[in-house]
Amino acid sequence: MISIHDLHVYYGGIHALRGVSLSVSKGQIVSLIGANGAGKSTTLRSIMTLEKPRSGQIIYKDKDITQTKTTELVKDGLILVPEGRHVFTNLTVEENLILGAYARKDAKAVNEDMQWVYELFPRLKERSRQRAGTMSGGEQQMLAVGRALMSAPELLLMDEPSLGLAPLIVRDIFNIIKKISERGVTILLIEQNAKVALEISDYAYVMETGNIVLEGRGKELLNDENVKKAYLGA
Amino acid sequence: MSINTFFQHLSNGLALGSLYALIAIGYTMVYGILRLINFAHGEIFMISTYVVFYGVSIFYLPWWVSIIVAIVITGLLGIIVERAAYRPLRNSPRISVMISAIGASFLIQNLAIVIFGGRPKSFPIPDYFNTVIQVQGVSVPIVNFFIPVITLVALVILIYIIEKTKTGMAMRAVSRDYETARLMGISVDNIVSITFGLGSLMAAIGGVMWGLKYPNLIPLIGLMPGLKAFIAAVIGGIGNIKGAVLGGFLLGMTEIMIIASLPNVTGYRDAFAFILLIGILIYKPSGLLGQDIGEKV
Repeated sequence: MISIHDLHVYYGGIHALRGVSLSVSKGQIVSLIGANGAGKSTTLRSIMTLEKPRSGQIIYKDKDITQTKTTELVKDGLILVPEGRHVFTNLTVEENLILGAYARKDAKAVNEDMQWVYELFPRLKERSRQRAGTMSGGEQQMLAVGRALMSAPELLLMDEPSLGLAPLIVRDIFNIIKKISERGVTILLIEQNAKVALEISDYAYVMETGNIVLEGRGKELLNDENVKKAYLGA
Repeated sequence: MSINTFFQHLSNGLALGSLYALIAIGYTMVYGILRLINFAHGEIFMISTYVVFYGVSIFYLPWWVSIIVAIVITGLLGIIVERAAYRPLRNSPRISVMISAIGASFLIQNLAIVIFGGRPKSFPIPDYFNTVIQVQGVSVPIVNFFIPVITLVALVILIYIIEKTKTGMAMRAVSRDYETARLMGISVDNIVSITFGLGSLMAAIGGVMWGLKYPNLIPLIGLMPGLKAFIAAVIGGIGNIKGAVLGGFLLGMTEIMIIASLPNVTGYRDAFAFILLIGILIYKPSGLLGQDIGEKV
């Protein structure tokens, strides 16, 4: 579905990604774990062309997309749930969801997706007329995920969906991620919460200072001694 | 002040306030999205009055056709000014964009002096609008009814677009967060163009009606109304459309009522706008309806 080859990204003089290569096949849940500053968010932002790589290739659906506009990628089913939720706080919940489907033309399919999102997150339905800014962090995260689903994602990139949320809500979010995956959406996920992420992942990559240092099936990494020490607190 | 003259002043205040409100909307919409004061907005307003003048006097268009042409051309002019003067500076420091805005304003103003000439021209007014009607013994020029009604219609349509349509939602989203808007597939450049277009349309509607009420056209005609409307937008809370409307009416009404009740100080009428501005900013720096939405981070 997507493959990245030898990607280098700089922020001014800082070499943030130092030759990252990874790939995600259709239907998989793949997670990207690692410490703060390892380059996980930069990787996802580069896929969306929010950052311009100095060199390397990003192949999505058999095309190099490093020069493609973000808005075009969105139309082609490549969707990012940004870190820190970034819901439009000045808009209502329902308006946020409608904007998720901004680029779509098929009103009937959009309507069905809206019903599906409301089924997944009944809380959003209760609050559909409320301003997004007045909701709790967990509710805003649900909205950010729901809004992304409204964009008809084929490959969904999720940047720290559990950041700052209470453990019970983290469970909810991960259950939802599994449900989304069951609908055939491919998922590339960044997580600090390595244990939960590895449990649901088909495959995972570990990043350190701009490099991929380890990769493997989710279950394997859960039992890997280095991963246990560094990320699972065992 | 007798009750009759009071109602006359009231109708004048409403008309002037409507015009300020229409122009103020352009400032506030652009500020809401780009955090930029579009100093060329007064000039865009001025151009609309001249387009009507030339449409009627040179191209012999029917009056109402000239009006439509003026509104369309002014809307396009707003979009062109944004493309030429602001878009290339999208990632520059805000001060550069502001200086570019001042430059655009002087450029249009001086081009107007060269092309249109400095000698005053007279805005074409169909006889119908010169009618004065008597209501309960109060004589009111018909434009004083016409202006607030058209303003109200324009405002209702504009607010409908912003509150109810998908484009309006996208405008509000872009005003909050460019990058996330792009992640929804919203083209920020297109939304900025639409914003300039709509703001300029409102200025053009204001310009046409300004001509009906104050038919003396000179190339500097955009300066004072532009400045006053900017003040109105700040008084109401810049970035807030309803605030701009409120500020416009407040300013127009105050101005008319002060010169009506204190005829000796008529020469200072422009100063009152600034005094009102300073007074309100001291007590409420974000303006009357300034944005303070409850937010959780």
